[in-house]
Amino acid sequence: MEFKHKTPLLDQLETGPWPSFVTDIKQEAESRKKNEKNIEYQIPVDCCEDLLGVLELSYVHKRTHWKHGGIVGVFGYGGGVIGRYCDQPEMFPGVAHFHTLRVNQPAGHFYTTEYLEKLCDLWERRGSGLTNMHGSTGDIIFLGTTTEQLEEIFYEMTHNLDQDLGGSGSNLRTPSDCMGESMCEFACYDTQALCYDLTMEYQDELHRPAFPYKFKFKFDGCPNCCVASIARADLSFIGIWRDDIRIDQEAVKAYVGGELVPNAGAHAGRDWGKFDIQKEVIDLCPTKCMRWDGEKLEINNPECTRCMHCINVMPRALRIGNDRGVCLLAGAKAPILHGAQMSTLIVPFMKVEEPYDEIKELIEKLWDWWMEEGLNRERLGELMKRQGFQKLLEVTGLKPIPQMIQEPRSNPYIFWKEEEVPGGFKRDIKEFRKYHQR
Amino acid sequence: MDEEAAKKLIVETLEKKKGKSKFYLKDFYKMLPDEKSRTVKNLVNKMVQEGMLEYWSSGSTTLYGLKGVGKQAGAEHEE
Repeated sequence: MEFKHKTPLLDQLETGPWPSFVTDIKQEAESRKKNEKNIEYQIPVDCCEDLLGVLELSYVHKRTHWKHGGIVGVFGYGGGVIGRYCDQPEMFPGVAHFHTLRVNQPAGHFYTTEYLEKLCDLWERRGSGLTNMHGSTGDIIFLGTTTEQLEEIFYEMTHNLDQDLGGSGSNLRTPSDCMGESMCEFACYDTQALCYDLTMEYQDELHRPAFPYKFKFKFDGCPNCCVASIARADLSFIGIWRDDIRIDQEAVKAYVGGELVPNAGAHAGRDWGKFDIQKEVIDLCPTKCMRWDGEKLEINNPECTRCMHCINVMPRALRIGNDRGVCLLAGAKAPILHGAQMSTLIVPFMKVEEPYDEIKELIEKLWDWWMEEGLNRERLGELMKRQGFQKLLEVTGLKPIPQMIQEPRSNPYIFWKEEEVPGGFKRDIKEFRKYHQR
Repeated sequence: MDEEAAKKLIVETLEKKKGKSKFYLKDFYKMLPDEKSRTVKNLVNKMVQEGMLEYWSSGSTTLYGLKGVGKQAGAEHEE
């Protein structure tokens, strides 16, 4: 199909071996042009063509033609909409405003096709029809609409689809979780229940800016960390167990004997040779806490770091323990001001029980500290670095414990205060010299 | 400080600022040093609802300004 603008540079992007976003945009541009469903488009019908045009121009000029910033949301909300404006509106009127909407994704990304169709119908009529499923935030991202449509979309979403906007700006971002106990045998707590509860509890923080910068909760059911909370969330919730890994010795033998395929067949596309339990499991255990004598598999559980490797390789033989809960880690972030940072462990184990008061109490203590002391655009992880882990322990009332130390002697952040030491720091120098020469 | 006085103080302080029209939430904490940060946050967001202030967001960070002051929607090809 002939489009409004020639796009030779973008066309080249379609020639590679990968699925191309250019093809996707062209597909939507074509669909809008044909309008076989007789949709009453509420924003320019050629917006996708203009989007291709402005992108082509950016490739020619080697600079962006988008301005960002400004509008934040619908009435009553201070987030959920990200203002995007084209700086060549005469040339590309279809994308003069092309705002992004963040839509709060259902927990675990579960939805029915009926619901998806309704979302897409709404977005084709009132937006560009282009979506990003899902953004790196986890939200359903609607790409491109005009200012006039924002309230209309919000009204239809909330009244017809029971659907809320997500977070953006200096707000609590849309909490995101893995599918958890709904489908995964590794889940150590109900990620969806906790994600939903905290989303509802902190509606004000989600919809109105409250913080020096963004704040993210992410919920992983187990240390496989499918939503990468440890790398991305200011407060990461990772499922964990504190008793022993359950072993089915007969199933272990079945893996060794080849009756069961390792990794539940995930690597079956290629012949990797016979399964070697010693090489593929025992020798790869990071703490060397496993032993296989040809008959029996043994695990020295106190040494286990819950890396999940052995469980992932032999899921029928090894299962998570029964005493389950969550561990909390704080301070992950992508590199903007400082380099990328992983979360630091603050609570090694906590039971996950409704109404989650213990978790909420900790969250609010962290927020109070960060709201008071955090600099503009400073993430929690950066504040932890600037003021020190000990300060975090003070404000949260957590006791320093060995699990918080990543490497012995490299990060000894615990300093005793005088009032914490029996007798204080004062000493009688004469008494001291009786035993110690100068 | 009562709410009306606090609102008045915020508006007056912002009106005096020259050359800057958008402010971080922390700037408002400094205007009301005796109030808790959460109280200031709630007040500032209330002032947005009431139309005295307005948000400006880059997408990652949110700032606040007096309604209609500084770069506005009119400059962004809108009515």
